[in-house]
Amino acid sequence: MASEAERKKVALRRLGDATFSKVDKVSAELFSLTYGAVVTQLLKDYEDVAAANVQLEKMGYNMGVRMVDELLAKASLAQCASFSETAEVVAKVGFKMFLGVNVEVAAATSSEFRLLLSENPLAEFVELPEECSKLEYSGLLCGVLRGALEMVQMRVECSLLRDTLWGDEVTEIRVLLKERLVEEFVDDDE
Amino acid sequence: MAYRPAREGNLLSLYINNRAGGLIFHRDFSPNAAKLDTNEQMQLASTFSGLALIMGQLAPSRPSSGMQLLEADGFLLQSFDSPTGIKFFLTAEPDAKGLDLVLREVYTYYADYVLKNPFYEMDMPIQKGGKFCQKLDRMVAQVQDRR
Repeated sequence: MASEAERKKVALRRLGDATFSKVDKVSAELFSLTYGAVVTQLLKDYEDVAAANVQLEKMGYNMGVRMVDELLAKASLAQCASFSETAEVVAKVGFKMFLGVNVEVAAATSSEFRLLLSENPLAEFVELPEECSKLEYSGLLCGVLRGALEMVQMRVECSLLRDTLWGDEVTEIRVLLKERLVEEFVDDDE
Repeated sequence: MAYRPAREGNLLSLYINNRAGGLIFHRDFSPNAAKLDTNEQMQLASTFSGLALIMGQLAPSRPSSGMQLLEADGFLLQSFDSPTGIKFFLTAEPDAKGLDLVLREVYTYYADYVLKNPFYEMDMPIQKGGKFCQKLDRMVAQVQDRR
């Protein structure tokens, strides 16, 4: 059993690498500086860390609902049989393809998983000032995950548990499956 | 990227339906395509979405992907659903080949040139003459060329 799961992981990692090599790239520096400008502007406009956190998550959501189709179109994936398989696809293919990083899955169950990012291109040059110590700088990623998974009929809640910017060793995102949305044929006759 | 061109038989028309089954894009590629006005196109496309849903329910072993290929002596209809619920379907002359691969390619264009446009609103009609349309026309011209 374990070896079967291992084989799948290796195959997904290869698929992630292959897909990453197919897509257009942008300079990591340009990317993280652009993101930094967006975050600081949000802080200026909302003058409140909590409000900026909410906006970042929302922006991520709006990106996620669009990005998921690119993943599905460019990586040839079979349908996931379980939520833990979904976790592997998100980590090995999704993160690799869009951010070029390797992400580990931890504590995957049928309703929850955690993603461990040891490198995070969004936060490459960032040091949080004291007044922003509660800022979820990478909260955008939570929104992306929520949006992307919602489009494939999974309503999830994501939260940033640990962040290297808060002094933690890794950045950790928890994804909780709330509900599987089923599409039913409804005969509403006009 | 990896589509194999249709060897024989011209592509006729492409339809794209949103998650609610409403037509968001239509394009004819050949003078032989069915001559329908915009209203008829919209009606038929959404009826097809409903029909495909019913077919999925008729399947003995669920879940089924529903209808993928319909063959008639006058034409072929190939359908592809993205996991996000967008339906792409293509009509072609009866001996056309590789239609599923053409549809995969259309899906890639949709992801790249429709969804990445920040001014495109999800589930709304796709602008005619935009980048998506140009890419599509170029790809179809290649496919028809290698006939």
